[in-house]
Amino acid sequence: MEQTPILEVEGLCTTFGRGGQTLPALRDVSFTVGEGEVLGLVGESGSGKSVTLRSVLGLARRYGEVTGSVRWQGQELTTKSERDLRPIRGRDIAMIFQEPMTSLNPLLTVGQQLVETLQAHTDLPRKARRDRAIEMLDLVGIPAAASRLTDYPHQFSGGMRQRVMIAIALAASPKLLLADEPTTALDVTIQAQILDLILRLSSDMKMGVIMVTHDLGVVAQTCDRVAVMYAGRIVEQGPVRQVLRDPHHAYTVGLMQSVPEGVAPRTQLYSIPGTPPSLAHLPPGCAFAPRCAASTEACLATRPALLRVSEDRQLACFNPKTQTKGCAA
Amino acid sequence: MSDTAVSSSAPTRPSRLQLALGKPGFLLGCVIIGFSALLALMPHVFAPYDPNFIDYVAIRKPPSWEHPFGTDSLGRDSFSRVIHAYRVNMQMAILATVFALVIGVIVGALVGYYRGIADMIFGRVVDAIITFPFLVLVIAVVAVLGPGLVNMYIAITLVGWVYYARLMRAEIIAQMGNDYSDAGLVMGYSDRRIIFRHLLPNAITPVLIYWMTDMALAILLGSSLGYLGLGAQPPQAEWGVLIAEGRNFITTAWWLSLMPGIAIVLTGLGFSLIGDGLADLLRPRG
Repeated sequence: MEQTPILEVEGLCTTFGRGGQTLPALRDVSFTVGEGEVLGLVGESGSGKSVTLRSVLGLARRYGEVTGSVRWQGQELTTKSERDLRPIRGRDIAMIFQEPMTSLNPLLTVGQQLVETLQAHTDLPRKARRDRAIEMLDLVGIPAAASRLTDYPHQFSGGMRQRVMIAIALAASPKLLLADEPTTALDVTIQAQILDLILRLSSDMKMGVIMVTHDLGVVAQTCDRVAVMYAGRIVEQGPVRQVLRDPHHAYTVGLMQSVPEGVAPRTQLYSIPGTPPSLAHLPPGCAFAPRCAASTEACLATRPALLRVSEDRQLACFNPKTQTKGCAA
Repeated sequence: MSDTAVSSSAPTRPSRLQLALGKPGFLLGCVIIGFSALLALMPHVFAPYDPNFIDYVAIRKPPSWEHPFGTDSLGRDSFSRVIHAYRVNMQMAILATVFALVIGVIVGALVGYYRGIADMIFGRVVDAIITFPFLVLVIAVVAVLGPGLVNMYIAITLVGWVYYARLMRAEIIAQMGNDYSDAGLVMGYSDRRIIFRHLLPNAITPVLIYWMTDMALAILLGSSLGYLGLGAQPPQAEWGVLIAEGRNFITTAWWLSLMPGIAIVLTGLGFSLIGDGLADLLRPRG
C-alpha cells in the first residue's frame, strides 16, 4: 500500500562531541512514515534508535550536532527555532518514553499533567479540558477515570503510568507518535496490553507510529514496516513480513537467530559473535563486517550504501542472503 | 490483574504530621524557634524594663530576682536587652538569607537548565567566591559599603547566593535526568514552564533544608559582625553588640556576655534541629 509520507527523514546525521573526539551516533539515516503507518526501528543497544527519535523532535541538537533533513508534512524541522517547534511538539508529533516511573512529574496530579497539555495545544475552556482529560484516561483503559484525576503518579502501577503517559501524549490528537521502547520496563502481560492499546489508538486516530524496540516479537506483532539499525545506520528496511521471513542482511539474520524460539531446554542460546564497534573507532567499511561470517575484503574496505533491492525493500550489504525461506535456524 | 492501581488511601502509611510528631529533635527545634519568634514579635510583653533605660544606682549588678541577667555598665537591664535583641537577630536570620535564597534559586535553575557559556562563567564565579572564607569576604564588602545592618544584609547576600545557586544547579541537573523534563519538551512546553513548574518544585527540597541551616549561620555571622562593630551599632540591643559590651568586664561581670551567648546558641540550635528534621521528613519515601 502506497501512502503519502507525513514524515520524511533524509540523510540525518547526529554527532556528539566528547572530550575532543566526535562520536557519530547517527550516520545518514533516511526513512519515511506514512499516515497511520507503524514503523519499527530495531537494533541492539547503542545502535542509534533513541537518538533517531530525539533528532526528529529536535531534542538531540541540544547536546549534539544534527545535520540532514527532517520534513514534517513538507515543513523542514531541523532549521526551525525552538519557539517554532513548540506548536508541533505535542500537538502534531508526540513521544512516549521507556521508563514510566520517571516520565511523569511526581509532584503534580495526573489530572494536572493531562490538563497542562490541553492548555498548551488547544483552546478548550476549563470545564471541557477536564472532560477531555477524563475521556483520555478512559480511552487508555484506566478504570474510574474521573476519580483518578486527583491522584499522584506514585499511586499508579508501572503499567498504569505508561497508560497515563500515552493519554497525555495523545491528548492533543497528534498525527505521529514516537514510542521509545514503550514496553521494555513493563512485565510481559502488561506489554501486550500496552502494545494493543497503541495499535488500536493508531488505527482509530489514523496516527503514524515509530516504534523503537529491540524486541523482534514486538515488531512482528505491531509494525507495518521495519528498519534495522546497526552502529548508527539503517542496514535493512522493508515490510515486516518480508524482512522477517526473508532477511537479507547478515545482522538481521543474526538478530532473528538470537530470539529463543523452539529451542530445547538447557541448550546454549545463540548470540551474534563479537560486540558492536565503538562509535569512536568505526571501521572504514561495513560496520558489521568484523562480526559477519560472510564478510569479504570488499566489506572491510568500503562501506556498502543503502540501496533499493526490490520494490519496497532497501539493503546495505555486498553479500546478501537471498534464500527465500528457512534461513533462520 | 497486576495492572490495577494502588489504593490511594493506604491506611498503613503515617502522614507527614504524624512522622513529625514522632521526632523529638524536630519538635524541640520548632518549640525553640516558635518561642524565639514570639519574643521577636512582642519583646515588650516579656521584657520587664525598657532596653535602653539607664539606672545609675544599679551598675553591673549580678543576676538577682529584680534583674534576672544582671545589669550592664550603664545600669541597663541585661535580661530586657537580650529579649529585645531577639527582634534584630531573628530579623537577621530572615533578611540575611532570603534574598540570597531567591537569587540563588533562580540563577542556579537557569544555569543548570541551559548550561553552556553562562554555566562556565558561573562555575568560575563560584570557585572564586568559595575560595575565600565566608566571613573574610563579607567583612571586605562591609568595609567597602560601611558598617550597619542594611549594608551587612547586602554583603551577606552578595556572597551567600552562590551557595544556594550551586546547590540548586546540581539538583536541577539531577532532575533533568528524569524523563519528565524531556517529556515536557516533547509536549511543546516552554522552557519557563519546564523550569519553574516542573523542575524547580522537584529540585528545591535540599535548598530549603540548607536554608534552615543557613539561618543559624546568619545569626552567628550577624552577631560576629555586630561584635566586630560592622553590623548592628550600639546602643541597639543585638547579641553580638551585647557580647562586645560585656567583653571588658568578662572577669567581674561574666553574665553580660554569657546570656546573649546562650541566646545565640539556643536559636542556632533551634534552626539546625528544624533543618535536620526537615531533611528527614522531606526525604522521598517509597
